[in-house]
Amino acid sequence: MAQPLVKKDDDRDDEVDYSPFLGIEKGAVLQEARIFNDPQLDPRRCSQVITKLLYLLNQGETFTKVEATEVFFAVTKLFQSRDMGLRRMVYVIIKELSPSADEVIIVTSSLMKDMTSKTDMYRANAIRVLCRITDGTLLTQIERYLKQAIVDKNPVVASAALVSGIHLLQTNPEIVKRWSNEVQEAVQSRAALVQFHALALLHQIRQNDRLAVNKLVSSLTRGSVRSPLAQCLLIRYTSQVIQESTNDTQTGDRPFYDFLEGCLRHKAEMVIFEAARAITELNGVTSRELTPAITVLQLFLSSSKPVLRFAAVRTLNKVAMSHPTAVTNCNIDMESLISDQNRSIATLAITTLLKTGNESSVDRLMKQITNFMSDIADEFKIVVVDAIRSLCLKFPLKHRSLMNFLSNILREEGGFEYKKAIVDSIVILIRDIPEAKESGLLHLCEFIEDCEFTYLSTQILHFLGIEGPKTSDPSKYIRYIYNRVHLENATVRAGAVSTLAKFGAMVDGLKPRIFVLLRRCLFDNDDEVRDRATLYLNTLGGDGAVVETDEGVKEFLFGSLDVPLVNLENSLKNYDPSEKAFDINSVPKDVKTQPLAEKKATSKKPTGLGAPPPGPPSTVDAYEKLLSSIPEFASFGKLFKSSAPVELTEAEMEYAVNVVKHIFDGHVVFQYNCSNTIPEQLLENVTVIVDASEAEEFAEVDSKPLRQLPYDSPGQTFVAFEKPEGVSAVGKFSNMLRFIVKEVDPSTGEAEDDGVEDEYQLEDLELVAADYMLKVGVSNFRNAWESMGVDFEHVDEYGLGPRDSLAEAVNAVINLLGMQPCEGTEVVPPNSRSHTCLLSGVYIGNVKVLVRLQFGLDGPKDVAMKLAVRSEDETVSDAIHEIVASG
Amino acid sequence: MELCPTIKNILLLDSEGKRIAVKYYSDDWPTNAAKEAFEKAVFTKTQKTNARTEAEITMFDNYIVVYKFVQDLHFFVTGGENENEIILATVLQGFFDAVGLLLRGTEDKKEALENLDLILLCLDEIVDGSIILETDANVIAGKVDSHSMDAGAPLSEQTITQALATAREHLTRSLLK
Repeated sequence: MAQPLVKKDDDRDDEVDYSPFLGIEKGAVLQEARIFNDPQLDPRRCSQVITKLLYLLNQGETFTKVEATEVFFAVTKLFQSRDMGLRRMVYVIIKELSPSADEVIIVTSSLMKDMTSKTDMYRANAIRVLCRITDGTLLTQIERYLKQAIVDKNPVVASAALVSGIHLLQTNPEIVKRWSNEVQEAVQSRAALVQFHALALLHQIRQNDRLAVNKLVSSLTRGSVRSPLAQCLLIRYTSQVIQESTNDTQTGDRPFYDFLEGCLRHKAEMVIFEAARAITELNGVTSRELTPAITVLQLFLSSSKPVLRFAAVRTLNKVAMSHPTAVTNCNIDMESLISDQNRSIATLAITTLLKTGNESSVDRLMKQITNFMSDIADEFKIVVVDAIRSLCLKFPLKHRSLMNFLSNILREEGGFEYKKAIVDSIVILIRDIPEAKESGLLHLCEFIEDCEFTYLSTQILHFLGIEGPKTSDPSKYIRYIYNRVHLENATVRAGAVSTLAKFGAMVDGLKPRIFVLLRRCLFDNDDEVRDRATLYLNTLGGDGAVVETDEGVKEFLFGSLDVPLVNLENSLKNYDPSEKAFDINSVPKDVKTQPLAEKKATSKKPTGLGAPPPGPPSTVDAYEKLLSSIPEFASFGKLFKSSAPVELTEAEMEYAVNVVKHIFDGHVVFQYNCSNTIPEQLLENVTVIVDASEAEEFAEVDSKPLRQLPYDSPGQTFVAFEKPEGVSAVGKFSNMLRFIVKEVDPSTGEAEDDGVEDEYQLEDLELVAADYMLKVGVSNFRNAWESMGVDFEHVDEYGLGPRDSLAEAVNAVINLLGMQPCEGTEVVPPNSRSHTCLLSGVYIGNVKVLVRLQFGLDGPKDVAMKLAVRSEDETVSDAIHEIVASG
Repeated sequence: MELCPTIKNILLLDSEGKRIAVKYYSDDWPTNAAKEAFEKAVFTKTQKTNARTEAEITMFDNYIVVYKFVQDLHFFVTGGENENEIILATVLQGFFDAVGLLLRGTEDKKEALENLDLILLCLDEIVDGSIILETDANVIAGKVDSHSMDAGAPLSEQTITQALATAREHLTRSLLK
């Protein structure tokens, strides 16, 4: 079917590849550019030289400032020529050279002349060049011409002015906004692209005015848009309007849906597709709304154009995530795409099928995929592996065939990322599907027998150490593990030793045999391996007796590290080797919430083998340093938590103040970050007067005023309170900023001697229960939950009353408790009627707390919640319930 | 800005992945090295495909790339991951056909380099700072190929050769239509 490839010009390849730019050199071309200064210009040659200059720039050559200036000045001479071709090249090279402001002046008059020329081409290009290189000051001079150009009868000129307007809107919005009337006229233009550009500009001018955008959309959707591109824009604006308006009216028909649906019958493919995509992306789209969009996408699937097939299958793939049943109609077309020449399309088709397939079609599908896997690139294979993993989680009964598939592809050739994806998937399946555990572990054991990636080997060994001892017959893994000690590099050997020790510690029956193996490791030629073996032999009681391992030893050797690794790394880096030993308790435990970008709504992203994802380095260190540098606060002990800054003033007021709440065991310190936004003022002796009458348990003990607060250089003032030790006291504080204000002479910057005392009311500040909770994540919630035990479990049910949505209720509770959501459970899939959210944290007094929240919709809007708390302390479990009950 | 269809770059490479003419409209590739790395990645990914009858498409690093080849010329248009693929393909087709018109049917690297000025002007007419300016190949080629004298120039300044060139121009354009 493929038409014969046009043969590459073999005969010419033999000769030296001819190029008019062969052996071109910057220096020589710059020399040549001197002809621009000739009194008698030769347009043809000048054009050629400009082409050469552009060629150099295009190849990545750069001109120095001096060279660029020289070329620029020479080029300006060429405005004397009236040769149109040359003039075009002059326009292009001026844009490429992007001259500096003082150089721009040289060409301004020439360009302004061209802007008013009779020749359309000159007008259009001069506008584009001038708007590209100009700054705001010049713009007011040429504004009149630009407005005219927008409604010019030549479409090229109008488009040039409109597109320039779009660019200028970024830098000079106030000027461009004055062109509204002209732009509005241009929207009615008969020329397709003028309409497109005008619509784009008009929307950007009005984008912050919701009402105006609404009006624009409702008038245009009634049908005066001719250009397909403009129609696409209109569809985008419409779906934006729909997005914003559905929040207000949940009942009845969706506004503008008819318009989108009508666009599905447009004659231009880009419009049909844009509309179909817009419909599939509607918030809470119903299957009735989806059907017509899916139908046109299905037609695209069998198009002869790869671009259409790709666009359609990609969109359907996304739909399959939220509405798998809606896509099943396309399955037959989709299956024929598995053999598509374009591998991107084939991969998308497969992953869509995996999402929409039902239990009975799994085996057939797997057969097709097996053939397909051998001839696609690693990155596509990873996508397929991910899809298979989610399929397996969906149909746990099929784990045998899916696990087999994974272990087969694990044995085949592949790069690190690919292998890692497979291993991660197997690990997740083992974790989540108990029946798959034994076979999965054996697959992994076989894999490390012949694994070229140290990282994967050590990860798998570590995982074996956790899961292996819990299986029915732990001894069968020992052989695989001990083989590593013989055959691998030092890193893997050390990992294998640790894993062996874990088996020894957990399975008492295996202890004597493990000790024999560990003793052999004492003669390893690597320090780390020997050290580990020695440590384990000693702590586990190396006399070979079958005794139960002490819990404390287990905890010491294999217990999880309860501090985030990033924080530990930072603390270790800051640690000065000295007499004082490093204290692990000094490591802050605060985890910054990781960006949610990659957490897509429905698919919670399993983290696989690795430890909890490292958060960015926290600001806690900075606060701690700051506070410990203030002698008054040094006696308060270790900082437990610092809140995010809370604004106490409205934006754009004279003085901006926000506050950070620092929580200590028996104290609270408020750090007020103040800034002065008035250049004519200097503030002195700045303090915050705090009225704690509504916070009975607190007593002010100290405050630290800010001596000077000049314009635009922020400073801090502190107020410290004493509170009952270890108690989560809450309360409300009202704040008043008090200071001495001095006038400043703006010209000299000197302040007058006399000042006036003044006050400035700030907003109230509240200390809430969440301030006593640290966000500390756990990597495997289920394990943590089970190991915490039911001793201090406290379960209760609450009615949360009517809420906007389930997601809103979930967020409210998370914020109320101030805990770290685990495993992506803070994301509520759209349209779900119930949701489970897992939270973890550390409460003041260093008490670990785990929370399982189950939400359900009760009636149309009412949300009911079941709250289960486990912690290391009964009073804390109760305290959490109190927070919710009173919140 | 993000609502308007956005072109990230347009590339014209040869059969070895070397630049003939490229134009970047986005800051995603701040240095020449980053640009070259992107071109290399695009080229190696697409090299083995047969994008000669219909434009092909691929997606990587969160970019969508549509491409089409003829002889030893490789045309690419890149957009963001949420861009309408068909709009990108329309831009590609406009560029591809316009270059075909401008090179008068002999579309190969040699001819392209010899007429590099036309190709650069062509790029200039298709997209202005990431915004699509024109997609109709005939209009693009027409705007680029208007090598005539300024209408306002006195006739005496035109040389015989220029006059002949203008005449030939008109003839070819009428033939091309």
